[in-house]
Amino acid sequence: MKIDFKHNMSAHCENGVISNLLRFHGINLSEAMIFGIGSGIFFSYLPFFKLNGIPVTSFRPMPGTIFRNTSRALGIKMHVEKFRDPEKAMQGLDINLSRGIPTGMVIGVFHLTYFPAPYRFHFNAHNIIAIGRENGSYLISDPVMEKVEKLSYDDLKRVRYAQGIAKPNGKMYFIESVPVDIDLNSAIKKGLRRTVFEMVKLPGPIIGVTGIKYLSNRVRIWPSKYGEKEAARYLGQIVRMQEEIGTGGAGFRFLYAAFLQEASEILENDALNNTSQQMTKTGDKWREFAVMASRICKGRQTTETYARLADFLLDIANDEKQVYLAIEKSLKLNER
Amino acid sequence: MKVNEVPQDDANLFEGKTRDLQYALNEDGKYTTVKSVGWEPKNIAMIQAWDYENYKISEAKRLVTEGKMSPIFFQMKRCLMDIKLLSAYTGFSRFKIKRHFKPDKFKKLSEENLDKYVYAFGLKKREDLYIITTDED
Repeated sequence: MKIDFKHNMSAHCENGVISNLLRFHGINLSEAMIFGIGSGIFFSYLPFFKLNGIPVTSFRPMPGTIFRNTSRALGIKMHVEKFRDPEKAMQGLDINLSRGIPTGMVIGVFHLTYFPAPYRFHFNAHNIIAIGRENGSYLISDPVMEKVEKLSYDDLKRVRYAQGIAKPNGKMYFIESVPVDIDLNSAIKKGLRRTVFEMVKLPGPIIGVTGIKYLSNRVRIWPSKYGEKEAARYLGQIVRMQEEIGTGGAGFRFLYAAFLQEASEILENDALNNTSQQMTKTGDKWREFAVMASRICKGRQTTETYARLADFLLDIANDEKQVYLAIEKSLKLNER
Repeated sequence: MKVNEVPQDDANLFEGKTRDLQYALNEDGKYTTVKSVGWEPKNIAMIQAWDYENYKISEAKRLVTEGKMSPIFFQMKRCLMDIKLLSAYTGFSRFKIKRHFKPDKFKKLSEENLDKYVYAFGLKKREDLYIITTDED
């Protein structure tokens, strides 16, 4: 049994799942559009929250944020369920599939058998959609995989009950209803405003553009504080968060630029198109930053220094700030 | 980044199972997606993270072959777990898990309890618990 469901690959799992589910219900929105409406671009440096002993630099908001934001903005009714008993969780899924409902699930990737081994870390906020059963295994539309994958009953149960930080507890969700008319324009504007707020207006030192500046200050003192070897690991973590599977390149900056471009056409706002080009440039700078940082990681004789990296980050922070302020300005044009 | 600038630096990190979707500009300045097998800075960062883990795994292997630790300890490191996470997967208390690290205590484990570890480590059968090979072997 297989639901007639079109599997589309995406850069980021959360956008991809929403975009694919919406298409099933007759709403065609690109991954970039979902990303923008859901305010998926973000920056935070969390000195007190450590993974493997390294403070986390994150280019994304908390998992589930894009989900919440888009379904609210578009007026989509989602049914979300968690189960205490793994068997019941699998039963719930089976009932859904037999009714022909493609069902999204939050899972951990460590035990995800079809995933490439080097990417299997204990990360518990991956999203997939079950779209049918075949010879005892489940057919899975995983947005970051090129084709539809298969998972056995036991393997699916294990990833749905992955343990550790933010364990999914068998969480599953599906769309109950979609509105007849979608007010795309206001959803886009809402998403843009929220992003501007989070990136430049939100007080506190660790989030948004000020977060990038804060990271810059930290990077400067890393080698003297933690030693060369440890500092290189810290840098490596930034590069991984920025470029690892699911960002679309440059820590989601290119994906956001794609959204700005699409939004400018829908809102008929040329100023917004300019901000897309600006955002692309900051993305290119993030890429350059990754190149410099990785040279230090590799430990080769290099002219790159932490001080140079820190300066470069400040530069990026200033550039990004200009982008968000320009977005705010262009929105005012639209109101006239 | 333009379409023709999307890097294709393969370090076999995807093992041919999938590719990365990158957003890049086409000739008309419009955004489109390009699949990529990898990019060197990212590959370097990934390999750096794995080198760090693999060192810990090979240390665990040494302790097990020397008979100082049980295979549970090795498997835990291989699965990038700590005692807290392993405890969540198996339902054993942290104290109990530490006991199971001792080779003589490990030998006395019942089949039922061994199966809990088999499940936690994502193995297929009990015998797999004793396989202590690293990527470097």
